[in-house]
Amino acid sequence: MKTNNRTIRVDALARVEGEGGLFIKIRGDVVTETRFRIFEPPRFFEAFLRGRHFSEAPDITARICGICPIAYMMSASQAVESGLGVAIPASLEALRRLIYCGEWIESHALHVYLLHAPDFLGYADAIRMAKDHPREVKRGLKLKSIGNDLVRRIGGREVHPVNLKVGGFFRAPERQDLLSLKDPLLWARDAACETVRWVASFPFPDHEEDYEFVSLRHPGEYAILRGRLVSNKGLDIPISRFEEHFQEKQVPHSTALHAAILERGPYHVGPLARFNLNYDHLSPVAKEACREAGLTPPVCNPFKSIVARAVEILYACDEAVRLISAYETPQTPAVHCSPARATGYGCTEAPRGICWHKYRLDEQGAILDARIVPPTSQNQPIIEQDLKRFGQRHLHEEDDRLKWLCEQMVRNYDPCISCSCHALSINILRK
Amino acid sequence: MKTLAKPYASPREGVLVIGIGNAFRQDDGIGPYVVHLLLQRGLPGVTAIVHPGDGGALMSLWEGWDKVVMVDAMTSGSAPGAIRCFHAHQEAIPTAWFRGSSHQFHVGEAIELARTLGRLPGSVTVYGIEGKTFSPGRGLTPEVARAGNRVGEEIQAMGLLSARDSLNVGTEKGL
Repeated sequence: MKTNNRTIRVDALARVEGEGGLFIKIRGDVVTETRFRIFEPPRFFEAFLRGRHFSEAPDITARICGICPIAYMMSASQAVESGLGVAIPASLEALRRLIYCGEWIESHALHVYLLHAPDFLGYADAIRMAKDHPREVKRGLKLKSIGNDLVRRIGGREVHPVNLKVGGFFRAPERQDLLSLKDPLLWARDAACETVRWVASFPFPDHEEDYEFVSLRHPGEYAILRGRLVSNKGLDIPISRFEEHFQEKQVPHSTALHAAILERGPYHVGPLARFNLNYDHLSPVAKEACREAGLTPPVCNPFKSIVARAVEILYACDEAVRLISAYETPQTPAVHCSPARATGYGCTEAPRGICWHKYRLDEQGAILDARIVPPTSQNQPIIEQDLKRFGQRHLHEEDDRLKWLCEQMVRNYDPCISCSCHALSINILRK
Repeated sequence: MKTLAKPYASPREGVLVIGIGNAFRQDDGIGPYVVHLLLQRGLPGVTAIVHPGDGGALMSLWEGWDKVVMVDAMTSGSAPGAIRCFHAHQEAIPTAWFRGSSHQFHVGEAIELARTLGRLPGSVTVYGIEGKTFSPGRGLTPEVARAGNRVGEEIQAMGLLSARDSLNVGTEKGL
């Protein structure tokens, strides 16, 4: 065991999307500094949206991420539509919720099975894990594939779908097309139940935090596409008042902005926040899986986010089956949107947490300015806080073990670094 | 839990060619470039598609195919336009050379995971073409495009002589 003046460096953290690093400084028995470094180049999406027509916003912002493009397309569309005062019919809202379920399934299955489970079971990667757990890995791949199929069937293709637009869709799928997905989704729902049981059996490091969880909340459903922004510490605002309560700031070690709740500090977004704040709106089958897994809110151990993520796979499969069963091809695939001078706000639940957009439009529909707050940039400060506190409690661990646990901690958040800088390597410095 | 029926009862006939990459990142577009060459020629027995390179989706894509060819940009340190050809069903490919994707799960990982799970097609040939620049923008550097033309010809021959496999394994073919 080492307690004084140690330097630990890891230059590349695997199993995250994008490029970044981590730096932990320890002096004696105190963690003095943690930096979640994001050095992926800034991507200037907000700047090059300026001057573009509002109809281009979904397709441009989709390019922020290849894993969760639906989140960007939906938040952008919603922002423009709210600014222009366009109401989307329930049938099109349901279709949007359905494709969003597909994105949750594919993104969560990728993270649970291929990126995060190896941490808990002691494997360096999913390939090595697959030698001992082939059945589980095959199940995860099939789940992901079914999520991708759902996105492709509605969106035209799985990465950067082409069938979504401001106002709705270019073409609404036929009922028969979607019904053919029902059997695979029923299989996926069973597979997701097994997923919840599997991940709930993992060994979880003992760590709890008094987080402020933030998510959308809607009175009638597990919030994905609409609702108010709420927290477990009293926040309850319409999405249009985000800027009055949240602040982003630049820090030297990251090309992504750091977000905080004004006068309170870091907050936690993503599956664990949604689970804790919206548990009552989970479907009966998802609640039953939670009961079996012993998962009841509040869950404040960030390592158990993998169980919340698995529950959301199950919920998304169940919800997709429900939506497909009720689906009737809409009369018209989209609502016409006329240009007007306007300011609009959009916020939806990306797999990793709230994805907030704001656009100001001129009379011709050109975007005057845009602001996009992705989930990973919001989680950066809480990741740093977690590392500091968790690292402090585990200083007795050997360097390699501490490094492993810190990487695992970061992956609790399924960081999407390319999104955040619209970032991982680890350095631990002990002095 | 019900078992899902396999989508393909028997292997699909012909060759599936997957051009991996992003045509808007210069030489990363070499895979799509080769696919477009093959599509223009309308070759019998060759199905050619462009794919962004997400490993999980690749594994679904080649399900049901017995003969798969992938073309991807490579960063091995060789001269731009250098070609390496691997028979991935017989040998591991150097995964570090094929990490141009912005996704967490790359071509090399997909091949190795599929091998571990017994889900690798009977024949998987991977052409790596060394890229020079991967900056945003369209267009290939000339030596990379020339290498793409040569790989296109080899794949064409493979389609015509699908029963035979005349490719060199793991040999460098700098132009």
